Amino acid sequence: MTSPNISVVVVVAAVLAGVMVLGWYLTFSATRLDRLHARLEGARSALDAQLVRRASVALQIAGSGRLDPATSLLLADAAHEAREVDGSDQTSREVTESNLTGALQAAFAEPSVAGDLRQDPVGRELLHELSAAGLRVQLARRFLNDVVRAARVVRRKRVVRYLRLAGHAEWPATFEMSDTPPDTVAGAAFI
Amino acid sequence: MKVGIVCPYSWDVPGGVQFHVRDLTEVLMARGHEVSVLAPADDDTPLPPYVVPAGRAVPVPYNGSVARVNFGPLSAARVRRWLREGEFDVLHIHEPATPSLSILACWAATGAIVATFHTANLRSRAMLAAAPFLESALEKIGARVAVSEDARRTLVEHMGGDAVLIPNGVFVDRFAAADPEPVWRGTNGTVGFIGRLDEERKGLPTLLAAMEAVVAARPGIRLLVAGRGDAEEAVDDVSPAVRDAVTFLGVVSEADKARLLRTVDVYVAPNLGGESFGIILVEAMSAGAPVLASDLDAFGRVLDGGRVGVLFPAGDPDALATSLLDLLDDEARRRKLCADGREWVRRFDWSVVAGDLIAVYETVRAGAGAVGEADVRPWRDRLRR
Repeated sequence: MTSPNISVVVVVAAVLAGVMVLGWYLTFSATRLDRLHARLEGARSALDAQLVRRASVALQIAGSGRLDPATSLLLADAAHEAREVDGSDQTSREVTESNLTGALQAAFAEPSVAGDLRQDPVGRELLHELSAAGLRVQLARRFLNDVVRAARVVRRKRVVRYLRLAGHAEWPATFEMSDTPPDTVAGAAFI
Repeated sequence: MKVGIVCPYSWDVPGGVQFHVRDLTEVLMARGHEVSVLAPADDDTPLPPYVVPAGRAVPVPYNGSVARVNFGPLSAARVRRWLREGEFDVLHIHEPATPSLSILACWAATGAIVATFHTANLRSRAMLAAAPFLESALEKIGARVAVSEDARRTLVEHMGGDAVLIPNGVFVDRFAAADPEPVWRGTNGTVGFIGRLDEERKGLPTLLAAMEAVVAARPGIRLLVAGRGDAEEAVDDVSPAVRDAVTFLGVVSEADKARLLRTVDVYVAPNLGGESFGIILVEAMSAGAPVLASDLDAFGRVLDGGRVGVLFPAGDPDALATSLLDLLDDEARRRKLCADGREWVRRFDWSVVAGDLIAVYETVRAGAGAVGEADVRPWRDRLRR
């Protein structure tokens, strides 16, 4: 009469094992998601820092007296807008940062502008800062969008959706802007 | 006098500043002054003989929209050459706080400099503070002129100091002498609107909403609408009855604008805001059209607080409909508004405005030398000094 007892033990053991596996899987998914969300936060603040840095350098260049006043005004306006924009409103930030990219491209379209700036140590330093910030904006934005894509893959998983493992966290958004630095400034970081 | 005028906006794009510069130049030349205008334009754009092209305007994001302006070292060099060759007695720059030729001219010149501020939407003080370099250029201006009380207030708030008020000019007699166009007339009254169809702040949607009640009360009324924009889109949400009562004339020439204003029984300006002056109201009154306008500060001033035109609460289609129907029914009142308006707009006639501006030129000349080239050598030369 031992066979029913054995089968009960087996069933209980199997259920226990199943629960443990499921528990482990849920913990694993939740931890993974948590890690991705943390990375997302990190990548976002890294991009924010580089955007702020780029706008600050642009503002410094505009106020340096080394450009003609029309170009200075154009650049100061775009940079000021980028610094003042409400960071929590991502769409308007994408627009103002793209506008700053456009203003930088317009200001440095003429090769002699960057050429003149390179003539003295202060100008060279500003230009170096600008190209460094421009490059880092591009890098930070790509890294952020990579994490966003990874987080979206996990967030789409059934177990995450049905068990609401993501809690109230917002659906991850990529940051879309034009970030190509002017040709005459790009690459100066490596000079 | 040899006068150099700088226009910051592309000459081939129509706009208030461009028209003002063109008319002022023609009036000054008619009075025997020698005038040269520097404006953004391609070398191959057909231009009046007095315009010197400063090169193709570049579209850049500025002030929330895309501006077509000139900047950069090549434009700066053209400005300097124009200043050198012009040997002007007075330099008159327009809209100097725009990133274009005006600020470049201000920077590159010394001597008698007059600046006219047109807009009531100057950029923030923070921006000017961010570029103290600009302020040193703007400090050279010997006389500041604002075209309206709103433009003056903005200027004072953002840059301190003060400005004299000289309004935009209108050729009053040209409007008064235009021939009405009977074909455009409605069988039961004619109303006119001029302005961009797709720009909400110009107020066309308010007027179309008001027209529902007006058409119901006065079948046979006609609304003439002139201006850039998609007519189909503009009447998307209105009833068929109103749609039938509207005639879209598209973009009209100066001559057709005058004829339109001569044809209408009432001119309606339903703008929601953002107006610095309201030159169209002056033009309507010049043509003898009674004006019904929204109660914006700028419009109130142009209509002498409502004495020479009727004001209604901005953005209120019901109030607009009531005022419009009252005015259409009251011929004696329209005749009075027409007569008072014609007398009032004399102060905006170019003969008066140009006289005031010439007085400003002479005053500035008395306190400063002829226009010359400023020392804007590259910074490294200055450092070496």
